[in-house]
Amino acid sequence: MRLDTRHFGEIDVNKDGIIDFQDGLLGFEHVKKYVVIKNPDPENPFMWLQAIDQPELAFVIVNPFIITSDYDFNIPDNIIEALEIEKQEDVFVYSIAVLPENIKDMTINLTAPLIINFNSRKGKQVVLDSDRYSLKHKVFVSNEKAG
Amino acid sequence: MLVLTRKSNESIIINGNIEIKVIEVEAGKVKLGIKAPKEIDIHRKEVYEEIQEENKKAALGKLDLKGITKYLQK
Repeated sequence: MRLDTRHFGEIDVNKDGIIDFQDGLLGFEHVKKYVVIKNPDPENPFMWLQAIDQPELAFVIVNPFIITSDYDFNIPDNIIEALEIEKQEDVFVYSIAVLPENIKDMTINLTAPLIINFNSRKGKQVVLDSDRYSLKHKVFVSNEKAG
Repeated sequence: MLVLTRKSNESIIINGNIEIKVIEVEAGKVKLGIKAPKEIDIHRKEVYEEIQEENKKAALGKLDLKGITKYLQK
C-alpha cells in the first residue's frame, strides 16, 4: 500500500511489514499500526517507526544494545504472551530517540523500550519496573568526560 | 472519579478481578497493595506521564538521521 508520509514523502508499505501495537504507544494510545523503516545507510543504526494511520507521525528508533552495554532486562511473561513470542530470534528491542536541535544532545528512552515480535507482527512499549535506566540516556558522551 | 474512603487493611475491587488494598497509612503516605491479572500493566502515574511526555517530544523532534553517522564514528 502507498503511504504519504511527512518525512519520507510517498512510500510503499508491504502489508506484511505492518506491526500492530495493540495498546499504541504511551501518549499515542489510539495509533496502533506502524512500520519499521530501515536506514538506507547501512552504517547508520538509527531507523524509523512510521505510523500507518497518521502519516505525519514517526519516531526515530535504535537498538539500545548498540548504544549502551549496560542494559539488561527480562521481558515479563505477560508481554511474552501478549506478543506471542516463541523464539528469542523473533524479538527485537528498540528505544525511541529524541532528537533536539543539536544532534549531539540526542537521548534515547531506556525506561520504556519497544518490544516487537516480527514473527507475530505485534509490538508493545513496555515500561520497565526498575528505575535503573534513564528516560533520557545521552547517546553521545562528550569527549571531555571520557577517560 | 469515584472517591471512596478506606482504612488500613480495607480493599477495593475493580472489574471483579483487580484488588487494591490499603496496606499501611502514615502521615502523608499510603502504602497500597495491588492484585491484578498479569496482563494488566500497573505503574506509578508520574512514570506513565513522564514517558508519554518523552514520546511526544520524540514525535515532534527531528527525523533527519543523515548527520548522525559522523558523530557515531568519534
